[in-house]
Amino acid sequence: MNHSSESKSFMNPYLAGVLLGVVLFGAYFLTGTGLGASGGMARLVVAGQDLVAPRHVDRVGHLVEMAGGETNPLDHWVVFVTLGTLLGGFGSALLNKRLRVETQKGPRISVRTRWVMAVLGGILMGYGARMARGCTSGQALSGGAVLSVGSWAFMFAVFAGGYALAYSVRRLWT
Amino acid sequence: MAPFALVDDLGKAGAYLVYLLIGIGFGATLELAGFANARKLANQFYLKDMTVLKVMFTGIVTAMVLIFLAAAAGILAFNDVYVPPTYLWPGILGGLIMGVGFILGGFCPGTSLVAVASLKVDGILFFLGTLVGVFAFGETVGYFDTFYYSSYMGRFLLPEFLGISTGATVVLVVIMALGAFWMADKAEAVFGPGVGDARPIQLPAKLAGAGGLAVLALLVMGMGQPSPLEKYQILAEDKDVLLQDRQVQIHPGELIQLAANRQLKLVLLDVRSERDFNLFHLVDSRRVDLEDLARGALTKELLDEPPNAVVILVSNDEAGATEAWKMLTGEGIMNVYLLEGGINGWLDLFAVDGACPAGCLRRTDDAVPEGELAWRFEAALGAQHPIADPDLFLDKTLWFVPKVSLEVKARPAGGCG
Repeated sequence: MNHSSESKSFMNPYLAGVLLGVVLFGAYFLTGTGLGASGGMARLVVAGQDLVAPRHVDRVGHLVEMAGGETNPLDHWVVFVTLGTLLGGFGSALLNKRLRVETQKGPRISVRTRWVMAVLGGILMGYGARMARGCTSGQALSGGAVLSVGSWAFMFAVFAGGYALAYSVRRLWT
Repeated sequence: MAPFALVDDLGKAGAYLVYLLIGIGFGATLELAGFANARKLANQFYLKDMTVLKVMFTGIVTAMVLIFLAAAAGILAFNDVYVPPTYLWPGILGGLIMGVGFILGGFCPGTSLVAVASLKVDGILFFLGTLVGVFAFGETVGYFDTFYYSSYMGRFLLPEFLGISTGATVVLVVIMALGAFWMADKAEAVFGPGVGDARPIQLPAKLAGAGGLAVLALLVMGMGQPSPLEKYQILAEDKDVLLQDRQVQIHPGELIQLAANRQLKLVLLDVRSERDFNLFHLVDSRRVDLEDLARGALTKELLDEPPNAVVILVSNDEAGATEAWKMLTGEGIMNVYLLEGGINGWLDLFAVDGACPAGCLRRTDDAVPEGELAWRFEAALGAQHPIADPDLFLDKTLWFVPKVSLEVKARPAGGCG
């Protein structure tokens, strides 16, 4: 098992869901917008690119939006939500004694396979999230709560993609 | 009224602090639910551990019920809330790719952040992979721009798609979620156990939660969402002064200039009866019924207009246009003005009494009741007559005080933008 005796058990999923809903409502109520994660990551990438190749950034339409000319891609609210997510995750892991260097994987694969798959999955996730203009947080969760048609279609697509492939790659996880 | 213009109220640093706190709440919740554990997440797809579905759907329905309850109570201006615009097919294809990434990599972007924060090596590698994917997208989207911007449907909400009220949609989503929870609990009982122990809650507590949610959803439906005029009443204290000080009534001369300004998108809405509209209307104006505006029929379309759009409302005098102005302002539409003096004023200024071939156009000498056309037409002109075209008066010298100033609402765009 992946948790040792001293780490605390997870919160009940329904309770965690209510908490998540309250946080999401708070975000909408106070700021008029929902949560986000991939947007902060995108801005991090573009900031890196702007550092290395600013002229390239100024020429690619998709990047100009975030960092054209003098614009600092990190001067944006979603970057702070992303920072907060890291802080909150760290704090909670610390308090619940789950702060531990480890790799979580299915019992039938090696750590190395898990690592390769994590990178591969991450690449697809990053690519898809940009194409869908949002990740599970910004599109599915936030857009779902405000009843956006596109967000609901997107959410079903994510689950469909996962379930479609799950059986073929069951060795990875079970 | 919520939502707030945080940067205006708190300054940039204060606003960013609020976002940071929201992020902390988000990250802590994900970690508490066990979302730093890829195996727990992936087991969703083997029906062993339905935590992802439970947390996500509970989060969605909780937030949804609270948002629309606040909107129904008139303390949240829902039209000022950012709704991710629908680009249907890029969203679906992107979603499918992400689903594949999810089952291979075990995380989504948000959960990988929490995994990074709790030092999971697979989470860190996934996170780095995500950065590579984001980079690759930025470099390749140029090759399929057309697809990326295709099937745009704007701010498109489920109630509009389903053709039912917002309240009924909320109830429907809650019923669907409760059904999904019931099936999720069944699935876990059959295919479980999942990964890591989560604190169970007893059946009575579960039923109480489900019941509470259902009651709140029914309450949202019973209250109904406020109409445009009801929303205006909430804002009236701030906005009535604009009408009284005549800040939003523009002179015909300004309309002429706006029509000629290629940097603006002019939306001319004529709220008069079909009969009056057919007798005479301005070139490029579009007729809408006040009753349709009162139902919010044009709200989606006008919210989707670009930031350089200016809406000008036209009626015979100013009565109907003022009413329409209140409705659109209540709906949170930006840059709405009305034509000073209306069509009567326009004709008084530009039409020559008895002009056009032989007296087809004549001002009546009788007293004109409010809201009625003061000019008589021998035959309907529509927009055929030269005086219907603002462009033809561009050279005419007119004195007026310009009032239109383009305002952009400090409305933050999406979380993944």
